[in-house]
Amino acid sequence: MTSQADIVIVGAGHGGAQAAISLRQQGFAGSILIIGRDSEPPYERPPLSKEYLAREKQFERIYIRPPHFWAERDVDLKLSLSVVTVHPHEKSVELSNGELVRYSKLIWAAGGDPRTLTCAGANLAGVHSVRNKADVDRIMAELDRGATNVAVIGGGFIGLEAAAVLRKLGCEVTLLEALPRVLARVSGEELGRFYAAEHRAQGVDVRLGTSVERLEGDKERVTGVRLANGDVIPINLAIVGIGIVPAVEPMIEAGAAGGNGVLVDEYCKTTLPDVYAIGDCAAHANRYADGAVIRLESVQNANDMAAVAAKSICEKPSPYSAVPWFWSNQYDLKLQTVGLSLGYDEAVLRGDLASRSFSVVYLKQGRVIALDCVNSMKDYVQGRSLVEARANPAVECLRDPQVPLKTCL
Amino acid sequence: MPEVIVTTREGEVHRLGIESGMTLMETIRSAGIDELVALCGGCCSCATCHVYVDPSFAGNISQMSEDESDLLDSSEHRTGTSRLSCQIELTAALDGLMATIAPED
Repeated sequence: MTSQADIVIVGAGHGGAQAAISLRQQGFAGSILIIGRDSEPPYERPPLSKEYLAREKQFERIYIRPPHFWAERDVDLKLSLSVVTVHPHEKSVELSNGELVRYSKLIWAAGGDPRTLTCAGANLAGVHSVRNKADVDRIMAELDRGATNVAVIGGGFIGLEAAAVLRKLGCEVTLLEALPRVLARVSGEELGRFYAAEHRAQGVDVRLGTSVERLEGDKERVTGVRLANGDVIPINLAIVGIGIVPAVEPMIEAGAAGGNGVLVDEYCKTTLPDVYAIGDCAAHANRYADGAVIRLESVQNANDMAAVAAKSICEKPSPYSAVPWFWSNQYDLKLQTVGLSLGYDEAVLRGDLASRSFSVVYLKQGRVIALDCVNSMKDYVQGRSLVEARANPAVECLRDPQVPLKTCL
Repeated sequence: MPEVIVTTREGEVHRLGIESGMTLMETIRSAGIDELVALCGGCCSCATCHVYVDPSFAGNISQMSEDESDLLDSSEHRTGTSRLSCQIELTAALDGLMATIAPED
C-alpha cells in the first residue's frame, strides 16, 4: 500500500505535535500526516513521571490537544506505527506495517528509546522504563497488584521524579546511581548533593557510586537487585531511568549525517534534501553551549525546534536560538533551569540550601551561562536575561539573595 | 451550562462550557484554540498561557501565588488583569467570566 502527504512528521510527541500546529498557524494548507509509535494521539510526557504516575491527573488532561483537534486541523494521524526505512531519493518512508508513504518534506521527530540495562535480568517482568503512557500504566498496574519495594536505577530527573512519587505513594524506594552523585549529567555538584540529601530525608535509600551487577528473578519476575559489592536488595518492581538512545537509525542508514542524533543546521534541516529533524533526536550547534553540537531532551527544545522547522518549510526562515529551559518537580521542590551549565567553571550559591529556596548561578569565564533555581521563581525569571546576555556581573552581587538578579545585568 | 467567554488574539469570541475542576487553560486548550501554548502543561513553570481576565470576577478567582506573579513578570504584556490561565480553576461561580488571550512574548 502506498499513500502520500505533503508533510510527513515522524513522531507524535511534543515536537511532532507542535510541528503540525505551527505549520497550520503559519498558514500551510497542504496535507500533514503524523506517524506515531504510540497508540494515543499526542500527549504531554513530563507528567508521566509526576502527576500521571501519582494519579493526580487523568490521562485525558494531558493530551497536548484534544483528540478531535487533529481532524479539525486536517492533520492525519497514523498511530501504533513506526518508520523502519527512509528512502531519501524516492522521498518516501516505509512503515512497520509495510506501508509506503511519500512525502514532499519529512520532519523527523522520533525522540528516543529508553536506554536499557545490559546486565542479566534486564528483561524480567517487573522491570520498567518511563517514556510513554504504556510504561507508566504497567508501573501503576504493578503498584495495584501490591508492589511496594522498588529499585529506581538511575539518578537523573526521571529516576528522581519517579522516586519522589513512589515515596508519596508509600513505597520503599532504593535509588541506585552508578556515578558519585545524582543529576551528574545535567547540573553542578551542589545541586546533586542537595537533591540526594532531600531524597534521603524523604526516606529514599540513596546509594551513589553503586553499580548494578544483575537483576534477580523468580519465575521470570524480578525479586531483587544484586549490586557490584554483593549486596542484594529485595524488590518487586524496578524502574530504569538511565537516559535515552535517540531514535535515528533509519535516518542514519539513509545517509543523514549524525550518530548520536541526526545532525541539523540552525533551520533544523538535516543533510538529506527536504528532511528536517527536531527535538530530543536533533543534534545541533547550540549557542548556549558555545556552539557545541548537542542534543537537548526537553519540551522547550522540541517545541521551539518544531516552530523553526515549520517556519522554514513555509519559507519564513528564522534560525533556532531559543534559550534552553527546563523544570522538574519533586516533593515540594520546584526546580527550574535556564541556560546550559555544561562546561561551567564556577558555581555561585545564592541563598541558603537549608531554607529550601535558593539558586545556583553557573559561570564560565566570568559570564553567566545557566541557573538552577529551587523554589525560587524570581531568580529563574530574572536570571533568564543574564543568560541571554551572557552577563558578567560581580560574584558578590549574584551571591546575595537580597540583590535582585535583574539589577546584576 | 455555565460558560466562559474567551477572546483570541485575532478577536474571535468563543463561548466555552465550564467543566468543574478543569482550569481555564485546559478549557481553552480543549476547545482547540491553538494559540495558547501552555508549554509546561499547567504546572506553573512557564508563562505561555497568559490571559487577561475580566476584573469584575476578581473576587471569585483564586488568588495569584507569588510564583505566578513572578512568572507573569517575564511577559512584556503584563497588565493589572494578567493571569496564567492554568492557575484559574473553573467553578460555576465563574459563569460568564471573560478572558482574552494575551499577545505572544
